[in-house]
Amino acid sequence: MFYRENGQFKTSYEADQALFPIAQDRVFIVVLLLVAFVGIPLLADEYLFRAILIPFLILSLAAVGLNLLVGYCGQISLGTGGFMMVGAYAAYNLAVRAPDLNMLVVFIIAGLITTVVGMIFGIPSLRIKGLYLAVATLAAQFFLDWLFSRVNWFTNDSSSGSVSAPVLQVFGFKWESPVEKYFFVLTVVVLFSLIARNLVRSHIGRSWMATRDMDVAAEIIGIRPVYAKLSAFAISSFFVGIAGALWAFVHLGSWEPLAFDVNRSFSLLFMVIIGGLGSILGSFLGAAFIVILPLLLNQVPLWLGLPMSTATAAHFEAMIFGALIIFFLIVEPHGLARLWAIAKEKLRLWPFPH
Amino acid sequence: MGPFIEVVLGGLMAGVLYSLVALGFVLIFKASGVFNFAQGAMVLLAALAFARFSEVMPMPVAFVFAALLMVAAAIAIERMVLRHLVNQEGIILFLATFGITYFIEGLGPWVFGDDIYRIDLGMPKEPKIILESMFDGGILVNLEDFIAAGIAAALVTFLAIFFQKTATGRALRAVADDHQAAQSVGIPLNRIWVIVWSVSGFVALVAGMIWGSKLGVQFALVLIALKAIPVVILGGFTSVPGAIVGGLIIGVGEKIAEVYLGPIIGGGIENWFAYVLALGFLLFRPEGLFGERRIERV
Repeated sequence: MFYRENGQFKTSYEADQALFPIAQDRVFIVVLLLVAFVGIPLLADEYLFRAILIPFLILSLAAVGLNLLVGYCGQISLGTGGFMMVGAYAAYNLAVRAPDLNMLVVFIIAGLITTVVGMIFGIPSLRIKGLYLAVATLAAQFFLDWLFSRVNWFTNDSSSGSVSAPVLQVFGFKWESPVEKYFFVLTVVVLFSLIARNLVRSHIGRSWMATRDMDVAAEIIGIRPVYAKLSAFAISSFFVGIAGALWAFVHLGSWEPLAFDVNRSFSLLFMVIIGGLGSILGSFLGAAFIVILPLLLNQVPLWLGLPMSTATAAHFEAMIFGALIIFFLIVEPHGLARLWAIAKEKLRLWPFPH
Repeated sequence: MGPFIEVVLGGLMAGVLYSLVALGFVLIFKASGVFNFAQGAMVLLAALAFARFSEVMPMPVAFVFAALLMVAAAIAIERMVLRHLVNQEGIILFLATFGITYFIEGLGPWVFGDDIYRIDLGMPKEPKIILESMFDGGILVNLEDFIAAGIAAALVTFLAIFFQKTATGRALRAVADDHQAAQSVGIPLNRIWVIVWSVSGFVALVAGMIWGSKLGVQFALVLIALKAIPVVILGGFTSVPGAIVGGLIIGVGEKIAEVYLGPIIGGGIENWFAYVLALGFLLFRPEGLFGERRIERV
């Protein structure tokens, strides 16, 4: 009853092809944006920004990028952490070596550099698929790990191996406090989600999905797998590179390659799968799940009032995390986004039986 | 010539140990199509169990108990995870094994403690110099490595006989070929999965004992799973000989690269060299060296 599209007639092609054709969706998005841009800054405290909101937004962006590759084009990648690292170090080097450059330009060039790197490591996808490809992308992860920790040029010969980002300054305004950083990240993420959402329903997104569903058939109907796969790697890497630069500049401030190790790649893949393959919304839900769950698990012993050593607590955290991942995969292999879709389906009729 | 042979020998020995872990991957993939990321965690669990059991009981008894524990783990995994995920896509099953990995990584150290434990199998540790008459200075070898290689060879032979000659082994191969056909001739899928996970748990136990006696039983053991993955893709996911040959190639390649290439480009390359090597092979043979060639025609 609350989610019926009855009576919403489309009278023009624009209305038919709108991003959100159903009125309730439009209302929902507007409310969501209002909450994000107005409500949260009024209510949230510094801890919430630092520990939850900013990491959640940046990882969502990375997850959206990864979802374009894994969910839409069907090419599994375990090298996302490495690509984030490329974005972070590219932005760092640009910012340090060309201090006059506008930070937005720095981020975009960092994204483009990641695009090139992503395409290079995407070349094996033309020959191999499935799990073989997944493991092949691990090569990218380990190689990039090594590159940025061993080649001193990338870290500007920093003696400790860790580097610090300069203050984020765009249009003569310093984005320093958590709220300001939050606004910056939020704007970028909203913009890129919009781009992603439009991309996947354009001809390029459709060629990805055709490749994912059956590559041989896609080739027969005139989609060139080389273009489809490499463009998926390129655009996905661009998103991931920007996310990496944000993660380094906005969230971490100073970092070393360890911040982007193979566990980052795995956790991003979790986000995409638990959130829902082939769904932009799912990327956000998955990121929220993975960001918030460990924080919650940390608190559980405190709530229960159980005295527990940190080591034991860490073991329990790992066990519960593992069990929950299995639980979610068993209950809904199509991810949280699918649960959301089911809920909408139900709301269409509720509270009437038919 | 002497040092070069030494490097190659060292590589072969390391390769045998990689093969042992890779073997666990291949066994499970063959029989259930699951790429089991948890193999490294299983190695850790088995090694921890064996190390702690052998503190309070004689070693053979500890071995039996650790093996029983791995069987119990196999049953639990089949009951709680695999049974519910029949017919899901490979990637979902792959991620489920990540869940298993996290669970075991929490459970093992919680139950058995998270210090570094020693396993003393009574193997000779001192390096020995052989073939002094043929080369200047001879070749420095580790007897322990040879024993490990012997154990690995025995294990592979045992598995080969098990797969080829026993009824259970045939059932396993039938399941690997075609789940539905196997079921329709009356092979119980669930029991087969328990068996194959138990066998790979047993392989994990052997691998854990040997690695544990070399490095000490510690959390870092889970990382050898990451070392074994390129071995598996190099050899092919479904091939037992592939796991062995792949392990040897990776072991030798890695050692040679470390000794001769490492100093030139800055050292520490052992983390990625195996992957890049495997990637190079994959570009020419996408299904791995011994993998089954899939032909797609339109």
